[in-house]
Amino acid sequence: MARTSSSGSSRRDVLKLAGLATAAGFGVRPAFSQSPGHVVVVGGGFGGATAAKYLRRAGVDVTLIETNATFATCPFSNTVLGGINEIDAITHGYDGLAAHGVQVVPDTVTGINAANKSVSLQGGTAVSYDRLILSPGIDFKWGEIEGYDEAAAEVMPHAWKAGAQTELLRRQLIAMDDGGVVAIAAPGNPFRCPPGPYERASLIAHYLKTHKPASKVLILDSKDSFSKQGLFQAGWAELYGDMIEWVPFSSGGNVARVDPATMTVYTDFDTHVVNVANIIPAQRSNRLVDTADLANGGDWCPINQLTFESTVQPGIHILGDASIAGAMPKSGFSANAQAKVCAAAIAALLRGDEPPSPSFINTCYSLVGPDYGISVAAVYRLNAEGAIAGVEGAGGVSPGDANAEFRKMEAEYARGWYASITSDMFG
Amino acid sequence: MRALLISIFGMCMLATAAAADETAPANLANACAGCHGTDGKSPGQIPMIAGMAAADLAAELRQFKNDQKAATVMNRIAKGYTEAEIDAIANYFGGM
Repeated sequence: MARTSSSGSSRRDVLKLAGLATAAGFGVRPAFSQSPGHVVVVGGGFGGATAAKYLRRAGVDVTLIETNATFATCPFSNTVLGGINEIDAITHGYDGLAAHGVQVVPDTVTGINAANKSVSLQGGTAVSYDRLILSPGIDFKWGEIEGYDEAAAEVMPHAWKAGAQTELLRRQLIAMDDGGVVAIAAPGNPFRCPPGPYERASLIAHYLKTHKPASKVLILDSKDSFSKQGLFQAGWAELYGDMIEWVPFSSGGNVARVDPATMTVYTDFDTHVVNVANIIPAQRSNRLVDTADLANGGDWCPINQLTFESTVQPGIHILGDASIAGAMPKSGFSANAQAKVCAAAIAALLRGDEPPSPSFINTCYSLVGPDYGISVAAVYRLNAEGAIAGVEGAGGVSPGDANAEFRKMEAEYARGWYASITSDMFG
Repeated sequence: MRALLISIFGMCMLATAAAADETAPANLANACAGCHGTDGKSPGQIPMIAGMAAADLAAELRQFKNDQKAATVMNRIAKGYTEAEIDAIANYFGGM
């Protein structure tokens, strides 16, 4: 099918084509009459799904373009690895967003035409927009660890995009004999979900302690410190004894090369032959952003931190992991918070108003065990330079001297957070 | 006495409404939804904000901010808000 992104075609024609392409059971496009404009959202994760919902609440017409029919969340995917949840428990569909009037288009964006404000789809059509939101997440910097490419990830999973990779790693853990070694290669900063590798080590250890108690978890780190480090290490000692070993960068933790054929992981100093290798490679913004040079030659996309509009291409807003959002970590919670601020900004801009001043929260819960939760929180505002900065005197990590009841309560709240944020995204 | 209290309370609300223009009330409140659910309707283990009276919510947030009431994460979060912002958040949820 011919693309319809020529400057001669009207927005209505382009949309009509997109509508035809998706006519099979995806509902009727809502009337345009009340809307101040049409926003296309690319990516149905924490940023994109939330933005689509909150734009609809603001009366804006929204088309959400997402490759997959369902979304498996990275948050709580470690509970699948730990045998606490099945993958179904972390997998969500888009019916709730459709019920809000979001036009959900199951397709993949192959290009962005900023000049005539349209995106082209793998299915052959194009969709035009008044404003575009990209929440495309991450891609991996394949090859930065020698020998680690997409084929190697089928033997040594990254499991840093949840779904099939999560299930592969889970199967490998189930198949491993007692006494085996599970290596986790943790990347340097910045990367998606800073506490994630360490929660993963925790919940894998939980599974091993229960089923294969002679086994080990070896964290090979490209850093010398990590998120909630003191809390994690105290929790590991309490729950798992010496089952988890952390090797920092300065002790030769950096993984330089892997050989999937022999299950060998080479660090700067040592060679480890392991039974299961979870290699979390270095990351960058999803390569989709390169079609409009939105990363400006870097790994991540610079934005106006009031509106999340690209500083490279006007009319394109970038949320979540792919963006440079000041002091906020690359987390699902951050993307959700950013999406609501961005949606409010876009609704205002489409109506010719000033974007309202933003406020953000990020709270990252981690489960050290099923009944042992820890958290780090912060409240964010724009500073005088227009950058998102943490509010001084607020936030921080869970107290180091908290009792078991406190840790259990935070584990309960971690589960409650997951229920709330996924309902905020998809409900 | 009650009339006096109500009028003082009302004046506080008036005063904070102007000050809260600094940060839009919806932007302040929507950030809470990340844990407490859309419009404060929590589907799980996190306490429900929806349906709380504004005065009760404001009082509780102040207690968290001033460490007069123990919590897991709310003491850390409430410290990120001014008095005016606490009232703006409370009024936003209380008015729903």
